[in-house]
Amino acid sequence: MKLRNVLYAFLALVAVWQAIVTLTGQPHFILPSPLRVAEAMWSSRALLAEHALITLLEVVIGLAIGAVLGAATAIHLAGSPRARAVLQPVLVFSQAIPVFALAPILTLWLGYGLWSKVFMAVLIIYFPITSAFFDGLMRTPQGYLDMARVMGATPGAIMRRIRIPAALPSLGSGLRLGAVYAPIGAVIGEWVGSSNGLGYLMLLANGRAKIDLMFAAVIVLGALSVLLYWLVDRMIARLIPAR
Amino acid sequence: MAPAITLTGGAMLEGAVLFAPLSLTMKGGAWTCLLGPSGVGKSTILRLIAGLDVPVDFDGSITASDNAPVPPRIAYMAQSDLLLPWASVTENVAIGARLRGERPDLTRAQGLIDRVGLTDHAAKKPHALSGGQRQRAALARTLMEDRVVILLDEPFSALDARTRAEMQDLAAELLTGRTVLLVTHDPGEAARLGQSIHVMTGRDLRAFGAPDTAAPRAVDDPAMLGLQGDLHRFLREAA
Repeated sequence: MKLRNVLYAFLALVAVWQAIVTLTGQPHFILPSPLRVAEAMWSSRALLAEHALITLLEVVIGLAIGAVLGAATAIHLAGSPRARAVLQPVLVFSQAIPVFALAPILTLWLGYGLWSKVFMAVLIIYFPITSAFFDGLMRTPQGYLDMARVMGATPGAIMRRIRIPAALPSLGSGLRLGAVYAPIGAVIGEWVGSSNGLGYLMLLANGRAKIDLMFAAVIVLGALSVLLYWLVDRMIARLIPAR
Repeated sequence: MAPAITLTGGAMLEGAVLFAPLSLTMKGGAWTCLLGPSGVGKSTILRLIAGLDVPVDFDGSITASDNAPVPPRIAYMAQSDLLLPWASVTENVAIGARLRGERPDLTRAQGLIDRVGLTDHAAKKPHALSGGQRQRAALARTLMEDRVVILLDEPFSALDARTRAEMQDLAAELLTGRTVLLVTHDPGEAARLGQSIHVMTGRDLRAFGAPDTAAPRAVDDPAMLGLQGDLHRFLREAA
């Protein structure tokens, strides 16, 4: 993802936006123009930064916990047929419950603070990370496994020295998905109940008919997500060199 | 003294006969070549001896002349070099000990890397090596295992002619004294390296006498070339 391409995409989006505003003539409290939103973004920059930082914190902690939990689950599932038999149906079933539906319960249990949002982010990224890494772990090239078998390898060493390194690109795909999904989880958590974060700010601005500020918060959230994806992507490219 | 290995029996694949009951003996301390077209079950025989999973029903036995179990004494080299792409040549050569949870003898690994001519490449990753160099690294890894029985599943077939001849010479030199089974579809390779040669066709297993000259035979050895021609003709007539 080149920075220049991101910029082009952004400019194109702004142009379309301005065109819609001009052509439909919607009042600014329904659809503010890009310029109005830019002004709101500048005048409320301290407020936006404060709330963005909270959301970023929730997302980063959620991503870290989700990555560790997801990776550990995938390794456990790949290493033990019994764990697969028991846990796989549970995991799939858990995906049948929309995470959104759990948000009020999480807020009830974990309170209005940081942790209910972190937990939402973890819940939303746990499955994609587990599933991507698990797939990779189950697709070790047969030749490596044959070689290890002839060498008299122990299952633990095969996992550590062959299956996990061979599956790291799959874990990378899972983490990239996680970087995209984690902000969704955090913002849903903020909508349901919180006193800070970009999701909270959006609701607050909406309630006070400050639609331009609401749009500004959405744009900051989008920029945050893109930045996070970019950072995770760079980190993966550095840690897991292409083969 | 490396033991002789004998496989006796037949195999069924999904209800059809893959190969009828046969008996194949690898002489102790010598190179046995198993030659045949694709799909007749050569690799299956090799995998059976190695104790690897095969998709067939095998009815028979695999025994060593000293009656000790066979699979723990085997090292195996495939057509694909099976080098781990994230590990250096040295790490790849020493992978066996690591996989058994033992401490690898890195001095010995370095010695073997020197012997296969990769001294300057020991720290490189496999993707930085040529096809021939990769198979040299795989050969060093096979030697590192220091097993008495060596199974080679067409390990040189993807190499160009010159590199292939070099690898055949090197392997013949370094694997002297071990019981080697080379599975190949190349009559020239069997004629150069085999001390006994068996041709597997869809119908049966036929033994061919090897020339008196020592293996590896020169690429222009008349007896070798004569045998190569005989093997070629037999393979074509059997098809």
